Amino acid sequence: MKTDVTAVPFESGEWNKTIDVYDFVVKNIKPYTGDSSFLAGPSAKTTSLWDACKAELLKERANNGCLAVDTETISTMTAFQPGYIKKEDEVIVGLQTDQLLKRSMKPFGGIKLVESALKERGLKPSDRVIDIFNYAKNHNDGVFSAYDSEIRAFRSKHILTGLPDNYARGRIIGDFRRLALYGADQLIKFKKADFEKVGGEMTEHKVRLREEISIQIGALKDMIKMAADYGYDVSRPAANALEAVQWVYFAYLAAVKEQDGAAMSLGNVSSFLDIYIERDLAAGIITEEEAQEMVDQFVMKLRMVRHLRPGSYDEIFGGDPTWVTESIGGILHDGRTKVTKTSFRFLQTLYNLGASPEPNLTVLWSEQLPEGFKKFCAQASIDTSSIQYENDDLMRPNRGSDDYGIACCVSYQPIGKAIQHFGARANLPKALLIALNGGREEHDGVQVINNIPQLPAGPLDYDMVFDLFKRTMSELARVYAKAMFVIHYMHDKYYYERAQMSLIDSDPHVDIAYGAAGISIIADSLSAIKYAKVTPVLNEKGLTVDFTIDGDFPKYGNDDDRADKIAQEVTHYFINELRKHKAYKDATPTLSLLTITSNVMYGSNTGATPDGRKAGESFAPGANPMHGRDASGAIASLNSVAKLSYSDAQDGISNTFSMIPKSLGDTREEQVNNLVNTMNGYFKRMAHHLNVNVLNRETLMDAYNHPENYPQLTIRVSGYAVNFVRLSRAHQLEVIARTFHDHM
Amino acid sequence: MYFPLQDIEAAKLNIDDPEHLRIHSLETFGTHDGPGIRMVIFVQGCQFRCLYCQNPDTLDVRGGTMVELRELVNRAIRQKSYFGDTGGVTVSGGEPLLQRSKLLTLFKMLHEEGINTCLDTNGRLNNAQVHDLLEHTDLLLLDVKHINDDIHHKLTGLTNRATLELAAYRESTGKRMWLRYVLVPGWTDQEQYLEEWAQHFSDYKTVERVEIIPFHQLGQHKWKLMNMEYPLKDTPTPSEEIRQMALGIFNKHFDNVILK
Ligand code: SF4
Repeated sequence: MKTDVTAVPFESGEWNKTIDVYDFVVKNIKPYTGDSSFLAGPSAKTTSLWDACKAELLKERANNGCLAVDTETISTMTAFQPGYIKKEDEVIVGLQTDQLLKRSMKPFGGIKLVESALKERGLKPSDRVIDIFNYAKNHNDGVFSAYDSEIRAFRSKHILTGLPDNYARGRIIGDFRRLALYGADQLIKFKKADFEKVGGEMTEHKVRLREEISIQIGALKDMIKMAADYGYDVSRPAANALEAVQWVYFAYLAAVKEQDGAAMSLGNVSSFLDIYIERDLAAGIITEEEAQEMVDQFVMKLRMVRHLRPGSYDEIFGGDPTWVTESIGGILHDGRTKVTKTSFRFLQTLYNLGASPEPNLTVLWSEQLPEGFKKFCAQASIDTSSIQYENDDLMRPNRGSDDYGIACCVSYQPIGKAIQHFGARANLPKALLIALNGGREEHDGVQVINNIPQLPAGPLDYDMVFDLFKRTMSELARVYAKAMFVIHYMHDKYYYERAQMSLIDSDPHVDIAYGAAGISIIADSLSAIKYAKVTPVLNEKGLTVDFTIDGDFPKYGNDDDRADKIAQEVTHYFINELRKHKAYKDATPTLSLLTITSNVMYGSNTGATPDGRKAGESFAPGANPMHGRDASGAIASLNSVAKLSYSDAQDGISNTFSMIPKSLGDTREEQVNNLVNTMNGYFKRMAHHLNVNVLNRETLMDAYNHPENYPQLTIRVSGYAVNFVRLSRAHQLEVIARTFHDHM
Repeated sequence: MYFPLQDIEAAKLNIDDPEHLRIHSLETFGTHDGPGIRMVIFVQGCQFRCLYCQNPDTLDVRGGTMVELRELVNRAIRQKSYFGDTGGVTVSGGEPLLQRSKLLTLFKMLHEEGINTCLDTNGRLNNAQVHDLLEHTDLLLLDVKHINDDIHHKLTGLTNRATLELAAYRESTGKRMWLRYVLVPGWTDQEQYLEEWAQHFSDYKTVERVEIIPFHQLGQHKWKLMNMEYPLKDTPTPSEEIRQMALGIFNKHFDNVILK
C-alpha cells in the first residue's frame, strides 16, 4: 500500500453534522453494473493465512468440534491479550481470544449453560468465576425467577421451544460502520448529547434509557482500549480503506467478544466499505489485489468466530452456526443499485477461500439488480451452495428502509435505527394436537390449556377442529407473549448488548420476532380433515396416537389453493393473536416461518399428525412443503410458498430449495441463466426468501460416509448455511432425505 | 416391431375432442427441451418406433390422459414469471404433430398470453396443417434421427423423407430451429453418415443450435414395465471417444453444437 498519496475527500452532507451513515452511503456510493471479470485471486499472504486456519479447523473437528476453551476469563472486549493467526501475514487483525478458535466463557447469559458446556468437555469454570456468580445474577436466573407455571408447562412440553432464556438472544445488529466513519470519540460525543436530552421528570423508561446510554459510552471507551492493544487508534475515524475494514471488524469483534447470541449478524457493510476502497483505488493508493486481500482477510476472520455451546444447543442450531449475516445488494429508494464492486469482492471470497457457511452471505434480490451481478451470484450458488436470497423488492417498500440488513436468517432490520428481540418459535402442530386432545398434551395427557372441549368420537369435522385450533392458538399466543416479555426484560437487565447498542440510535424501535414451526404440517393436516376423512386412533388414555385417512387430499407445495389457503389463514390468525398482547419496550410483533435445524427436534417431540406424518417424524424446514409431498414439480412447490403473505410473517418466510446441477440445464451458461430466472420468477411472485443448494445427492452421501474428504462442503439449511460435515448424523440424513428437485 | 403401429387411431387423435390434448405427463421446470425454464408437455402417441425410444410409454395413441387446453394454458400462466425472456412452453412427446390442430389452438392461446412456444418433433408430417402450426412455433426442435433412409427405416420403422422436407420448409420460412441427434453406438455413430448429416444442414441459416444427445439406458425400466422386449437393452452409452468424434464432425459444420 502506498502512503504518500492523498485521496479525494468524500462528498459531504448530513452525515457530517449528525450520525447518519446512510446519508454518507447515498452520497458516496458508486454502483457497479459490470461483470465479475475485474476480480483478483487470493494474495500469497491470504493463502498462507488460510492454510494456517484450515490446519486449525481440522484439529478443531478432530477434537470433537472444539479446539480449546479458556476457563479462567469472563470474556469482554479487553479481557484477552491480542491474538494472531500469523502476524506477519495478517492485514486485518483481531481475534475473540488470544488464540485462534479458542472459545471463551460469556456467563451472563447463563452460568449453568457455561458449566454444562464445559462439563461435556471435562472442564469447569475457574473457582473465581464460579464465585463471582455466587453474587452476580445472570439472565437465565432472572428469567426463571419471573416465569409462571403456564410458561414453564408450555416450555417443558415443547410447545414453546428454543427460547433464549438460558442463552443469549442475539439478533441485534450494531451499525458497525459507525466506528469507521466517525471514530469512537465522536460517537461518545453524540451519545453524551443523547444522554443529556433525556431529562425532566423521571419515568422508568427514562431511567432505563439513561442507564443504557451510560453503559454504551463505557462500551465505546472499551473499544478504544481493545483496538489500542492491537496498535490501532479507533478513537478517530478510519483514514483509508484498510482502516475502514479494520475499524468495522473491531466494532464487530467487540460484539462477539462480549455476547454469544445465537445469531450475531454483521449488517450491510460491503458497499459502505466499497466507498473507501474505490477512493483508495482511484488515488492509486491500493491495487485490486490489495482490495481483495482486505476483504478476504476480513471474511476469513468472520469465518473463525466461535462461541462456547453445550451439546443440547446443537439440536436447535445444528452445525455450530454464528450467523455473521452480511446482506449484499438491493436497491436504493432513488432507484440506484447498492451493488458495488465490493459486493462482488465479498462473493469472490467463496472462490479465494473456498465455500463456507459463514459469513452468512445474503443477497438482497431485486429485479433491478444489474445482470452481471445476478449472474455472478447464480454462478457462486452453483459452485458453492453458500448463498441465500431475500426479496428486496418486497422488504424495501413493505418495511420502509433501504438501508437494512438481515439478522440471523431472514429477519429485516434497519441498520442502526431499529432492533429486534428474538422470540424463538412455537410448535404449531403440537398446538393442533392439543386442540384435538381437549387441551391435553398428546404424549402424557397433561392438561396444558383449559377450556378446550373434547372432540366427539369418530371422523374429524373441519369447522369444529379449526375452531378449537384457533382457540388453542389464542392461548398459545397469550402465553408466548408473556414468556417473551420476561425474557427480554431480563436480557436487558442482566446481559445488555452494550457493544451493539452503542452503535445504534439511542432508544430505537423494537420488533418482537415471534416464530412458528410446522406450517406445512398444519396446512396438510387441516386439508386432510377437510377433503378426506380423518379419524383419530386413540390410546387407553383417550389420547391421539395416530390417524386413519380415507381418501386423498390437496397438499401444500403443489400450487393448489385449497391447501395453500389454509397455510395463509393460519399464519394470519396467529400473528393477529400475537399482536393483541403487550410486548416489552412496546415492541411491534412480527412472525417468522422458520425452523433453523430444529425441524428434526420438533418432529421427535411431536406425536402423529392428521396429515399422515408419523410420531417423531421430522418437520419440513421453515415454510417448506413436507418432503416428497410437493409432487407437482419445483415451480409448483415454489409457488405455494410464495403465497404466504409477508405482511403476516414480516420476520421472514424461509424456503430451502435443493437441486442437482444437471436439472438447471446442460451448459454452465444455461445453468446460470436458469437460476437467475428461477429467482426472478420466485421473487416476482412476492416470495420472501430462498436458500439455494445446487448439489448432487451422491456428493452428500459420499460426504456422509467420508467426511474427511469434504472439509468445506457447505449446504444451506433453514436460513443459514453449515459445513455439512459438522452437522450431527441425524441432521445429515435429514438433509439427504429432503426433496431434491432433480426432475423438475 | 415391438409395438403395433396405430395408423387409424393416430389419424383420429388430431380431430377427436378439439378442446382436449392427449398428454402423457407434464414437467414444470424443464431445462433440457429448448431454451430457458420451460413447462414441457409430453404428449401421448407416436408413429415412429425408434429402437432406442426412451419413452415407450408415450407411444400408444390410446393411452395418457385428456387435458383441457385451457387448463394447460392456466398452468403455464402460473409459471410465467419463471420463464424470463427465454423460457416458455415446449410440447414434446410422443409425437406432437399427431395432434397438430389442437396444438395450433394451444400455441395461439399461449401467444395471446405472451408465452413463447417450442415444438419438439420427429417431423413425421409435412402438410398445410403442420405449416400453420409452425407459424405459431417460436422455436422448432427437430429430431433428425438418421440421414440414410434405409437405416432410418430400420431404426424408426419409417422413412426420413418427411422430416427432411419439414426441415427444408422451416428453413424457407426463416424461423428459428434447433436440430437434435441421438447418438447410439452401432446405429447412429457411423462417421460417413454423421458427416453426411452435418453437410445436409450446414448451409441452413435458421439452425441456431445442434444438440447431440448420447444414448443412455435410463429408459430401460419403462420397457420392462410395459412388458416389451427392449431391442437395445445391451447397447452401451457412447464412449467418450465416439462422443468427441461426433462432436468434432458437427463442429466443422455448425457454430453452436452442444453435447448433452
Ligand atoms: S419419435 Fe420419440 S417417442 Fe416416437 S418412438 Fe421415436 S423416440 Fe419414441
